[in-house]
Amino acid sequence: MVILIVLGLPLLGALLLALFGPHRYAAELNIGISFASLIAVVFLVLRVLRHGPMLVLHDQFFVDSFNVFLVALTAFVGFTTALFSRPYMRIEEQRGHLNAARLRLYHSMYQVFMAAMFLALLTNNMGLLWVAMEAATLSTVLLVSLYRTRASLEAAWKYFILCGVGIAQALFGTILLYLAAEHVLGHEGMTALLWTHLNAVKGQLEPRVLGLAFVFLLVGYGTKVGLVPLHNWLPDAHAEGPTPVSAVLSGLLLNVALYAVIRCKILVEGSIGSYLPGRMLMGFGLLSAVLGAFFLWRQRDIKRLFGYSSIEHMGIITFAFGLGGPIANFAALLHMTVHSLTKSSIFFTAGHASQTADTQQMDGIRGLVSISPTVGWGLMLGSLAILGMPPFGVFASEFLILTTAMREHPWTTPFLLIALGVAFAAIFRKVQPMVFGESDAPPLPHSPALVPVFIHLAIVLMLGVYIPFVLAEWYRAAALLIGG
Amino acid sequence: MHPSYMVTEVLNLLAASLLLISFAMLSRRRTQRLITLFAWQGLVLFASTLLVAYSSGLRELYYSAALTLLLKVIALPWILQRLIHRLGVQWDSETLVNIPTTMLVGLGLVIFAFGLAQPISRMATTITRNTIGIALAVIFLAFLMMITRRKAVTQVIGFLAMENGLFFAATSATYGMPMVIELGIALDLLIGFFILGIFFFQIREQFDSLDLSNMEALKED
Amino acid sequence: MVRQFGEVALAIAIAPLFAGWIAQCRAWLQSRTAPPLIQPYRMLRKLFNKDAALAIDASPLFRTTPYIVFGTMVLAAAIIPSIATDLPFARVADAIALIGLFATARVFLSLAAMDIGTAFGTMGARRDMMIGFLAEPALLMVLFNAFLLSGSTALPSVVDASTAHPFFVDPSLIFAAVAFVMVLLAENARIPIDNPATHLELTMIHEAMALEYSARHLALVEWASDLKLFNYACIGFALFLPWGIATHGRDGAPELGLAVAALLVKLIVAGAALALIESLSAKLRIFRAPEYLAMAFLLAVLGLLVHLLLGA
Repeated sequence: MVILIVLGLPLLGALLLALFGPHRYAAELNIGISFASLIAVVFLVLRVLRHGPMLVLHDQFFVDSFNVFLVALTAFVGFTTALFSRPYMRIEEQRGHLNAARLRLYHSMYQVFMAAMFLALLTNNMGLLWVAMEAATLSTVLLVSLYRTRASLEAAWKYFILCGVGIAQALFGTILLYLAAEHVLGHEGMTALLWTHLNAVKGQLEPRVLGLAFVFLLVGYGTKVGLVPLHNWLPDAHAEGPTPVSAVLSGLLLNVALYAVIRCKILVEGSIGSYLPGRMLMGFGLLSAVLGAFFLWRQRDIKRLFGYSSIEHMGIITFAFGLGGPIANFAALLHMTVHSLTKSSIFFTAGHASQTADTQQMDGIRGLVSISPTVGWGLMLGSLAILGMPPFGVFASEFLILTTAMREHPWTTPFLLIALGVAFAAIFRKVQPMVFGESDAPPLPHSPALVPVFIHLAIVLMLGVYIPFVLAEWYRAAALLIGG
Repeated sequence: MHPSYMVTEVLNLLAASLLLISFAMLSRRRTQRLITLFAWQGLVLFASTLLVAYSSGLRELYYSAALTLLLKVIALPWILQRLIHRLGVQWDSETLVNIPTTMLVGLGLVIFAFGLAQPISRMATTITRNTIGIALAVIFLAFLMMITRRKAVTQVIGFLAMENGLFFAATSATYGMPMVIELGIALDLLIGFFILGIFFFQIREQFDSLDLSNMEALKED
Repeated sequence: MVRQFGEVALAIAIAPLFAGWIAQCRAWLQSRTAPPLIQPYRMLRKLFNKDAALAIDASPLFRTTPYIVFGTMVLAAAIIPSIATDLPFARVADAIALIGLFATARVFLSLAAMDIGTAFGTMGARRDMMIGFLAEPALLMVLFNAFLLSGSTALPSVVDASTAHPFFVDPSLIFAAVAFVMVLLAENARIPIDNPATHLELTMIHEAMALEYSARHLALVEWASDLKLFNYACIGFALFLPWGIATHGRDGAPELGLAVAALLVKLIVAGAALALIESLSAKLRIFRAPEYLAMAFLLAVLGLLVHLLLGA
């Protein structure tokens, strides 16, 4: 029941916002719906805490230790982003970048996107997972092209075509999965694509077919994760869409796509009984981390910069999942959480920073601390956190990943260290003059909503020092589930 | 002659025509011809789905076939035709494509696809197992078309053709996915198509043409 | 032997009719008043009644070429099993020799065109050689498709093999058929490559070569080109639509009558289809021709691939 509410609320919200979009309080309504979803998710989480993993509605939906924290994270970041978007979008509207109709589309699509995310996370059906990912792509394509400028149209087109092609590969992978499953589970009804059922019989699935399926699934969903060399759409979409969209793309969509990859990896590894899927993840992950870090040097646009940073971090997480084993998986899950929180908070501050300077070019952004100390310090702290400075949570997860890699595959550590070092130098060199220095830009007309930034950073800080028992248990259980 | 043998023969024939149409698409420069070919592809797909439905006796597949007929043979080509008339690009053609080279690459892709599908074909029990390779080849060829073309409409047709290949894979390898999922896929396809349709107008408004070579501002510098 | 002569006589007799039928269909499709079906015969008769004019510096080659070309085409008609497979001539040469025969005719016609030394003749000859050079490999590939299926390079065996399974159509034959139609159009100077109705100097190919001929020579060249088209159509029927051809051992008078009727029906349908294709497509510029024929070649190769990989 709670699951249905979680799924239904954003959809209802999308409908309401589409109907009453131009209303003065649309932004507040958006916040309200996001908050209601968050409350529903809290109830869901409490139930899982009390009763353990659950399967509902003829096994079509499920919550286990792996997706429960992702659902919570999605609801939470969805809510804080809604908070942030209220003043941000108001300023955009006043500056004439948007009109009321576009704003209505924005709010409505935002909720559709949230619904698709929840559906992708909660469904037990691999086919439905694909449908949800495609729905998420479609809604974000509309969001990225919101400004209807040349650049945003180009970004949205690229995003659509690349992810469309990618997701078609994922569909082929799903078909192959179904082909293998049908042999074991039979054709009748909807059971042959249920993940829990597949997981129970994964040893009997035809390994060659599953191996091939995994290649397609990895390429397909990997495109949405932004793995190099399938990453081309990511920086453009992050830079040209509205900033709240960049925040949810980086903070949520990439996670959910990776979640899909990992679900497939569990099945395939169980079927073919080798480390091949893990090795593939390691390869893609390492490549993304290193190349993502090097690309950082060449960026001039602040949102592109952090888009590439997301590629780098998704690479690290993918690599960690590829390593497998309880510790690396634990670290990867932790990194997923902290990266999503930190990156969205960085996009919040970056959005306000570029509004203050009226440009996204980093050369034009100067002296944030003197104009708006909260934005300046928020950006500084967020950057430090994403760069893995102790005592932030990113440090803890990266440290765990590094040590595991050193123990199991020592040859990978130089690459990881290079990636981290290059990223550190590149981002720090670019953020520092933006935060400090002189500027004569006027302050923003609406006071920016920076409470989310500091809440996010506080949680990241807390996760670096102390991981609550419940969360640690989930991570451990999920790490065991992922295995490898 | 054994009826199931007949069915296999006819299905192989339809699969081959699907591949042939894919190659014809690669060799055409004019947008209008591409739309006609796309409709033909849909028709072949409809026939093959109907045949699989008949031979397997699954009612779901009849619905899929009807859906294919409505969506891919009638609705989408008609909308595309209207669209290119409204946009005034029906005589557009791609000039910078070296067609023999593209076809040669396509030939290589076909061999690759057959090679990939070999292990699957060996285990598929349905009467249509031979056709998985062809389905994969159709997907790859559509992909190739999307890569080599520079016009927005053409890329979208490539995208739709790729979906045709996927659909063929689903029907030929597995007697179709569960109905709910198939509906979801069809819905996604339709919505995506409409979004692209809206995009055409916006792109033309902003760039004064549907030539995607104008859209190369976002590059690393 | 009687059968053989009957077949050749039939081919010679109805080849102009086939060309006339295509012209008539084209006229209908273009909403023109169609010329009567027997127009080609009238023209041949008119040409035979005229006195031949020869260029001063025409060599004997120029004078003998029409007879050679016509003879080659008649020989080819004797080899192709258009109504029956049990022909004495058909066993002499296989399909590859057939391609050689067509090539011989082409070489003589081109040499004759260059013999006079006019600009158009030379140009036409060069273009025709280029197209032939590109079309032959494609045609060979098409034939290989059929050879693979029947396990023989002789056309009668191909027909025998494919009529043994009346409902059996191999998927690879679809590709081969499309490629074959493309080659047929190119080889017979029809629309995407050449326009048989044009006398526009810069685009014509076949007409350019026949430009210097007159009277009975021209009649023979034209008749030979009609025969060539007819022969190609019959090769197509043998490869892809063999139904109705009287096969070995089942070729009494009723079967032969049926075979002739089937051939006529097939010719009528094929002529209409060719006219339709020609009306629907636009003539390609000459430097697009290699691309067109490369496509035909690749399609035929694809047919082979499909056959080998599908293992059907």
